[in-house]
Amino acid sequence: MPEPTRTSFVLVGVGGQGTLLASNILAEVGLAAGFDVKKSEVHGMAQRGGSVASHVRWDPERVSSPLVGTGEADVLLSFEKMEALRFAPFLRRGGTAVVNEMEIVPVTVSSGAAKYPGDEHLTRVFAALDARLVTVPGEALAQRAGNVKAANVVLLGAVSRLLPLPEDAWWTCIAQRVPKKFLELNRVAFAAGRDAVAPR
Amino acid sequence: MKRMLSGNEAIARGAWEAGVHLAAAYPGTPSTEILEELSRFPHVYCEWSTNEKVAVDVAIGAAYAGRRALAAMKHVGLNVAADSYFYASFTGAEAGLVIVSADDPGMHSSQNEQDNRRFAQFARVPCLEPSDSQECKDFTIAAFDLSEKFDTPVLLRTTTRTNHSSTPVELGERAEVEPRRKKYPRDAAKYVMVPANARARHPLVEQRVADIAAWAEKTPLNRIEWRDRKLGVVTAGVAYQYAREVLPNASVLKLGMVYPLPERLIRTFAAGVERLVVVEELDPVLEDAIRLLGLACEGKSIFPICGELDPTVVRSAAAAAGLPVDRPPVAAVALDLPELPARPPVLCAGCPHRGVFQLLSKKKAAVAGDIGCYTLGLLPPLSAIHSCGCMGAGIGVAHGAAKAGLGERMVAVIGDSTFYHTGLPALANIAYNRSNVLTIILDNRTTAMTGHQANPGTGLTLQHQEAGRIELEPLVRALGITDVATVDSYDVEGLETAYKELMAHDRPAVLVARRECALLPEIRKQWVPLEVVAEKCTGCGICFRIGCPAILKSEEMDAKSGKPLALIDPDQCTGCEVCAQLCPHDAIPKRDQMRQAQEHQPASCPTPTDGGN
Repeated sequence: MPEPTRTSFVLVGVGGQGTLLASNILAEVGLAAGFDVKKSEVHGMAQRGGSVASHVRWDPERVSSPLVGTGEADVLLSFEKMEALRFAPFLRRGGTAVVNEMEIVPVTVSSGAAKYPGDEHLTRVFAALDARLVTVPGEALAQRAGNVKAANVVLLGAVSRLLPLPEDAWWTCIAQRVPKKFLELNRVAFAAGRDAVAPR
Repeated sequence: MKRMLSGNEAIARGAWEAGVHLAAAYPGTPSTEILEELSRFPHVYCEWSTNEKVAVDVAIGAAYAGRRALAAMKHVGLNVAADSYFYASFTGAEAGLVIVSADDPGMHSSQNEQDNRRFAQFARVPCLEPSDSQECKDFTIAAFDLSEKFDTPVLLRTTTRTNHSSTPVELGERAEVEPRRKKYPRDAAKYVMVPANARARHPLVEQRVADIAAWAEKTPLNRIEWRDRKLGVVTAGVAYQYAREVLPNASVLKLGMVYPLPERLIRTFAAGVERLVVVEELDPVLEDAIRLLGLACEGKSIFPICGELDPTVVRSAAAAAGLPVDRPPVAAVALDLPELPARPPVLCAGCPHRGVFQLLSKKKAAVAGDIGCYTLGLLPPLSAIHSCGCMGAGIGVAHGAAKAGLGERMVAVIGDSTFYHTGLPALANIAYNRSNVLTIILDNRTTAMTGHQANPGTGLTLQHQEAGRIELEPLVRALGITDVATVDSYDVEGLETAYKELMAHDRPAVLVARRECALLPEIRKQWVPLEVVAEKCTGCGICFRIGCPAILKSEEMDAKSGKPLALIDPDQCTGCEVCAQLCPHDAIPKRDQMRQAQEHQPASCPTPTDGGN
């Protein structure tokens, strides 16, 4: 397992998808592992259905900026497919994009004013960044684990596979954040997310 | 033990550890969570005041009474509170008085950008500016001590980035601070600001600034970090973090107190470096002050004055100015992104304001709006708000337009919480000076925009005590306005009837459109999604024109018109029935009709709600 190094994450999605909880857990995992950590929520007017983003940074020594710069994220975790494209410029060359296979159609599309982009863009855009693209059927795996709402834990499972921290470091932080009666469900969801990513 | 706390949580924690007795605020992004968090701690009285000026007066009253007190608000809240904030600078207090101003560079949720460090200079009030959550906590505690040491209010100025970022914070215990007085002070020379007393106070205020400036030379709130002396950076707040990120080798003068400034420390620093650069967000506050000392420095010639800074902006600007950046700005990869549909803010599905705005849109009314969720009534297809400036402005603006002799009748729309905030004096003005403005109070029984805070109409306080509920109709009638109607916001026909009746006379009129916000937890439980009966829908498009995000265009076309049929997203629809009332073809059954239809189904045929998942 390689040495833990400074890592910048950008988590994006649509309001109501659980990106905030995921970024809180990600920050706590980093803190528990002994990193300096900063997390920032970047969103405009509180609303349902808007684009939301959180930035999380870990560093064994010191994190200065709470924001990740354009082209500086090591990991882009997108809870929604189109948002992965919108925030792709944040990913550094050779970074990793973990993208949930979920489409949330915005009102601009449902009203017929715009078109939802096709999957071919996802492959093309992340190839242009020399990035590794990992797609995860978050909702389907969460449903199989027992509740579709655990999709964010599935995605954290997927991200955990990419980083040099033991599985336990993740699970401990997640277990503190979920209600006891859903513990087993979330454990299954987390494992399913890990299994969805081929080790490298 | 360190915990991840947001800047707002850390300010609340700091206030609690500092032994604060009372805190007051009016909700406003990015400051709202300070009081929400602090209200959960024991031994602190916390309230949502009706507006920021009242909140500051409340805090001043507690501080006069010898108890540590805090008032929190967003940047524009301090505009509302300015009158009180200024007199407090003249009077000082008996115990620590801290005023938090959360500025919003980038206008994530505000009508303007303004740099409230100017307010510190303006009112001669010392100003601390934290750069992360640990400092948010530490500086809050320091602010109370500073306030008592120099008998002055202290401004704690934050920005959205510090308020809404989380960083590790070392927690401490609460200091049990004894009240400094048993009785309200009887000290007219200090607390009664008639001209004779105020004249005597002003020189004391100026002396106080000089004393604090001398203290600023020694306080650890300000520090020099010597590194490479080719470049010296003067910075404060979150800009310090960007400067450290992008210019890691530069020497830094980190100012924790941005007013008054430590002149000798600045001169020492300037003399020790070859090139002096100020990295600050928004206004050139530090830069101007340094220039006034006769020192050469650069600042806004390098970094933008508008918008929020971030590492990308700072690095590009610094590199272009030839500063020694950590690495060159990332060359943008040509990603050739497709045009991505926006996710614009819209009135939610089931929003009770929609019915009012479809009516105003249909009537082509001239509408002066106000600040809240309902400002989104400006968006197409409704396009029903034509001006909006600040909290409580709409009613006065509508009155002015009416008195200016405008040919068309003015309508003002304002939410319940905003009405209690500053709408009430404006409506009193209409009642007094008589204009024929129709004021529509959109009463959704909560302060929705900032996340469902209590207000004088909800019957609850911030700390969940039962409270007096101020009913709007008797209040409005007491002003002498007799043309008052109340309608359920979901009642499309009722709204139109009331609108016509109120507009029939040439008198001030008030329409209360009342219905709880659809997102309130207890209301969510009552959601029943509606459906479109495809056989009845003709694709006429009337339901598309109310801008409801739950009404989608189906891929199925009407055979006759060739237009897309309507489709309702069951995950979003709340069952408000506004679309059902407007549909001329009865293609959207109401809840009652759905229930009846279900009752008439044969028992063997399961209804959709009986489904497995």
